[in-house]
Amino acid sequence: MKLQILLALLQKEIALMKRNPIIPKIVFAMPVMVMLIIPLVANLDVRNVNVTVVDNDHSQLSRRIIADIAASEYLDVSSVSNTHSEAMSAIENGNADVLLTIPPDYSENAMSTMPQVDVEANGVNATKGMIGSQYVAQAVAGTLSQWYAENGIEMPRVDQSVIYRFNPTLDFRNYMIPALMVVLLIIICGFLPALNLVSEKESGTIDAMNVTPVSRFTFILSKLIPFWVIGVIVVTVGLLIGWLVYGLVPLGSLFAIYLAAVLFSLVMSCLGVTIANRSSTMLQGIFVMFAFIMIFQLMSGLFTPIDSMPQWAQYVTCLIPPRYFIEIMRSVYLKGATVIELAPQYLALLIFASVLCCIASISYKKQV
Amino acid sequence: MENNNPAISVRDLTKKFGNFTAVDHISFDVGKGEIFGFLGANGAGKTTAMRMLCGLSFPTSGQGQVAGYDIVSQSEDIKRHIGYMSQKFSLYGELTVIENLRLFSSIYGMNRQSFRHASSRLLEELEMTDMQNALVKDIPVGWKQKLAFLSATIHSPEIVFLDEPTGGVDPVTRRKFWELIYKASSDGMTVFVTTHYLDEAEYCNRVSIMVDGHINALDAPAALKQRYNVSSMDEVFRIVAKDSTRSD
Repeated sequence: MKLQILLALLQKEIALMKRNPIIPKIVFAMPVMVMLIIPLVANLDVRNVNVTVVDNDHSQLSRRIIADIAASEYLDVSSVSNTHSEAMSAIENGNADVLLTIPPDYSENAMSTMPQVDVEANGVNATKGMIGSQYVAQAVAGTLSQWYAENGIEMPRVDQSVIYRFNPTLDFRNYMIPALMVVLLIIICGFLPALNLVSEKESGTIDAMNVTPVSRFTFILSKLIPFWVIGVIVVTVGLLIGWLVYGLVPLGSLFAIYLAAVLFSLVMSCLGVTIANRSSTMLQGIFVMFAFIMIFQLMSGLFTPIDSMPQWAQYVTCLIPPRYFIEIMRSVYLKGATVIELAPQYLALLIFASVLCCIASISYKKQV
Repeated sequence: MENNNPAISVRDLTKKFGNFTAVDHISFDVGKGEIFGFLGANGAGKTTAMRMLCGLSFPTSGQGQVAGYDIVSQSEDIKRHIGYMSQKFSLYGELTVIENLRLFSSIYGMNRQSFRHASSRLLEELEMTDMQNALVKDIPVGWKQKLAFLSATIHSPEIVFLDEPTGGVDPVTRRKFWELIYKASSDGMTVFVTTHYLDEAEYCNRVSIMVDGHINALDAPAALKQRYNVSSMDEVFRIVAKDSTRSD
């Protein structure tokens, strides 16, 4: 009999959703748009770093360094200056991001010791300056070691070499695509149930429900289950586009991804329902939801790594459910991690889901 | 439940919202099968009182029993035995007539067969069979009210609460609506109805008149007219409610 009630309520939710002029379209259109457009435009790869060079050496080696920088995919030589002040004005004018100074007698010194160059970067665009100066330093070191090899000079110091594991090309997209699916679930599975429930309050239909013997838990379940299904649809669309458009296939199992997605959409929809229970108008609900989503996006490690946050903030992130989902998605996608290996993260999501589910049904009051 | 127990029994029921006392120590009984008119001006506290009886709102103080269950501790039991039609139309506009009815009948645990039987009979009575597949938001107001009544009574509750069921409805439809109420009452249902239309008060077995949160008069319409020595309920109401400070 209880199941009969739940089925009747679900039937109602599905019929209402199907007849809604916007929701079904959003559920498909939003993931498609986000997955197609965002990875193309929001790119953290630093390209087109303009370098101005002050060549005080005028040797074969220094000219070769300049030529190699110019040939690099990421760097452009915007100008070769005669003086340091001339080069500085290029930076001030915005014509250059990084200034490379090759000291006099550079190639002569290179015969006996490890020679040094000066690299200065424009810190106004901190990311570009920092990454750009590293690129320049690497390019110089690369040219130098090649030059040593060609001239048969053995140098005691070995160049540092960094290999980025699991994402060898440091392609931002590989990092971005799993994260975008997280953003989609946060928004779709968080907002839709909240809006759905508050709209029942606004239209008064919730009174018709509250005066029936339907139990709170059954009613809340009827609000959560449809968004489970929607969560799975969103993830499927994301996986397909990641594979068909960007050629990114998860190294781990699909089961690991879907399990995490189902748990996480439950967490988000329980949160949405809880907020809706406490809001009497759509405006209140949306506003509070926004506050949560903002913190979720900025503090979950989605955009900036958790490891580089201050210690206290790292503790705070333990309370932010998407943190665990992001870790799972990235590990499964890029490292091929398994459910067992990620057990702590799955467990955390499970705990969040159960606690929030209880809160969602307790905070729903039939009688006030 | 004993046969002579009242369907509704209320003692000193009170509801306060902050400093405002919406319902102030009201006491009354409603007998089984009775049509009980709950009259009062706007803001007199009718809807608030009714919401407490239906288990939608907790009383601040006082006691009450509906269908033999306590309104505070057993409100979910009450909900199995009552139907409620709210003042504001509250069926799902994006569902069809039959879908709305099926939803509510399932919630009350009716099986498919008894639902089909009940709905086809009732829709025919209301001449709504042609409309059963229309979306509720598209049907006219009068029909919406009839449908709301139908969905509140499809599970044959012991008591049905109707909050201004004929608001905004034309006289002919109002008349038909009261025929439905009589029909339900003759089937043994207790009807608790609020209204603004004082001619409708004449149709009730007994009426109470609420003024500023109090019940100032409670009797059969004929007895009230006699007591105030007037010929219509309209005049009775004006005499009883003349000291109201809340109405606009």
